[in-house]
Amino acid sequence: MTAPAQPPATPDLLYSQDEEDLRAAVRALLADRADAPTVIAATESDTPYDQRLWSSLATGIGAAGLLVPEKLGGQGASHREAAVVLEELGRSVAPAPYLTSSVVATETLLALGGEDGPAAALLGELASGARTAVLAVPFATPPAGAAAALTSRDGTVRGVADAAVADVLLVPTAEGLYAVEAADPGVAVQPLVPLDLTRPLAAVTLTGAAGTLLADVDASAAAVRRGLLAGAGLLASEQLGLAEWCLTETVRYTRERHQFNRPVGSFQSLKHRMAQLWLEVVSARAAARNAADALATRSPDAPLAVAVAQAYCSGVAVHAAEECVQLHGGIGMTWEHPAHLYLKRAKADSIAYGTAGRHRQAVAESAELPAP
Amino acid sequence: MSPAVDAAEVRRRTRELLAAHPPATTDRTDFLKARFDAGLAWVHYPVGLGGLDAPRSLQQAVDAELAAADAPDNDPRRIGIGLGMAAPTILGFGTDEQKRRFLRPLWVGEEVWCQLFSEPGAGSDLAALATRAVQDETGDWIVDGQKVWTSSAHLARWAILIARTDPDLPKHRGISYFICDMTDPGVEVRPLRQITGEAEFNEVFLTGVRIPDGHRLGPVGEGWKVAQTTLMNERVSIGGSRIPREGGMIGPVAKTWRERPELRTPDTHQRLLTLWVEAEVARLTGERLRQQLVAGQPGPEGSGMKLAFARLNQEISGLEVELLGDEGLLYGDWTMSRPELVDFTGRDAGYRYLRSKGNSIEGGTSEVLLNIVAERVLGLPSEPRNDKDVAWKDLSR
Repeated sequence: MTAPAQPPATPDLLYSQDEEDLRAAVRALLADRADAPTVIAATESDTPYDQRLWSSLATGIGAAGLLVPEKLGGQGASHREAAVVLEELGRSVAPAPYLTSSVVATETLLALGGEDGPAAALLGELASGARTAVLAVPFATPPAGAAAALTSRDGTVRGVADAAVADVLLVPTAEGLYAVEAADPGVAVQPLVPLDLTRPLAAVTLTGAAGTLLADVDASAAAVRRGLLAGAGLLASEQLGLAEWCLTETVRYTRERHQFNRPVGSFQSLKHRMAQLWLEVVSARAAARNAADALATRSPDAPLAVAVAQAYCSGVAVHAAEECVQLHGGIGMTWEHPAHLYLKRAKADSIAYGTAGRHRQAVAESAELPAP
Repeated sequence: MSPAVDAAEVRRRTRELLAAHPPATTDRTDFLKARFDAGLAWVHYPVGLGGLDAPRSLQQAVDAELAAADAPDNDPRRIGIGLGMAAPTILGFGTDEQKRRFLRPLWVGEEVWCQLFSEPGAGSDLAALATRAVQDETGDWIVDGQKVWTSSAHLARWAILIARTDPDLPKHRGISYFICDMTDPGVEVRPLRQITGEAEFNEVFLTGVRIPDGHRLGPVGEGWKVAQTTLMNERVSIGGSRIPREGGMIGPVAKTWRERPELRTPDTHQRLLTLWVEAEVARLTGERLRQQLVAGQPGPEGSGMKLAFARLNQEISGLEVELLGDEGLLYGDWTMSRPELVDFTGRDAGYRYLRSKGNSIEGGTSEVLLNIVAERVLGLPSEPRNDKDVAWKDLSR
């Protein structure tokens, strides 16, 4: 083989009118309920999640059911629409279990197939926003690392994102995939101190917890891989939204901030850094849309499209957030200014569902560029 | 716009052209002239000037019919400056007589054009140019000065030229735009050898060159405004078409990687993967820009594409030379030659490495493009300037 497979079809990299309408609704909701002071205050409370925000997003707008077919109680939309929701969530860094429950757990259940039975019933509940579920694997797990963390329903999984707010845990074990009620007496969810306060992490300890077996071990591994692939692919859209906020806010601030009797944004050394960032954001948008479209169309190119998007967008989000702090100067180092929320989210996102380096390894395999 | 012209109509006219002038038995130039006269050269141009006043998007239908019939094209790469820069400027600012005189031989390729803009003392600051044009008592303009980085000057019949007509005005206001006859005895063209060893470009010395006033494009003193049309079209023409995965410079290095396992090291593997991802993302960004244009939603993304490709070309070719090791120490050929086209394919890595150094300089340096993005796209304030209201003759140089 001397050349990689070409994408089977030209992806649609634009936004449809429906997608723009959805964006407007989500953005208005987040502006209303999750402005920066609200989010900062929430991260210092016992639980950062705003239940009213979640029900408006998940049930009111119907965002929780975008990936779920209508016959299972969802909206019958696709990853393209979910990606737009994630762009807006990235822009606001509001704590909400969307990526973990409405994308990863939902996609994992969808991969099991079947129109009745416990998985389908749970999908309906997730799609309606009535309940949330998370996959009990460390948040850093890449799609290729989807091996079961536990041998059975005993033991501890560390670093599970949004476990504290989940009603149901999807637990891959050596016996297969279980749905375990978080309220089960055999389940202990111990909050950790996360770098990113807007996406709480917990250690989940199972001690002979009761559970419903959803899939055998082979089906479980394939479903978890698909769930994580969707998560990694759509995380790129969250990273895009985050980076875009950082750039917009930095441009706004440096136009207003005066030093040396001129706006600091008129200094070429700063302008070039922001222009470079703009180019990265524009590129990240193409990469993220490509991943969302590949997932939505079940393209055989999806694993490569996702790996490319993650290998690229992780760095863009971190770079944008780091530039945001630096170009804000002293105010960017304060707790009061929201820049730190974006920096922490960006850095945590760069590890979530596999680092850029892990995804480059996946590119090496998909594009036939083997290691020495 | 004529409402009758739609895709079906241009296809009908194209078939009519093919029937009347079968490509297999028609002289190439005759066919191209007939195509121009049928309004199928560039359908968005006016009737009588090679077009049908039709939407630009209909050109695809014409091109597809002609390609299917194996019809000759006008070798657009060879006459790119005429098509991409001179023609839109003549169309936008020329008199009816100028349009009738120049556009047909330009499009057909009978008359090659070049661009006399850059000067040794006016690169990024093009508006500071010093080539003088002085009107004599007959009304003709007498031009003296030196231009540089002129591709095709040694092949060209005509040039688009900007020159200073009033040194007492601030630099942007004292410039006029001309069509220069490259066969004038005052025009001397010398090859300009580059770091690759080749001479794609020329220096052009203008000594007492006589240009009739009828060859001026746009009003006296408004040459800068006219030149903006030319330069805008230059940036549009760079980086607009669809490219396949690994279609750019990453292709040869990925091929080498697959075929030559003995060259692989952990360090070059990581760098290759990073660049492969960036090249793929740049390809997707270009594809997204193309889709925006097709959907009639042009975005500012185009300004960024040249920046991205310049850096990628340089980094990828640099990695390739290093990857090749012993072979990277060698170079194909330093003999001075005069290529008609710049083409990276089929050339060795060393050539690509050296030639791509120009990608961040030609057509606007990356530093200037970053300023343009910052000011026009992001709306950041410009640097304080000390040259705007000063007569050109009083500027430091």
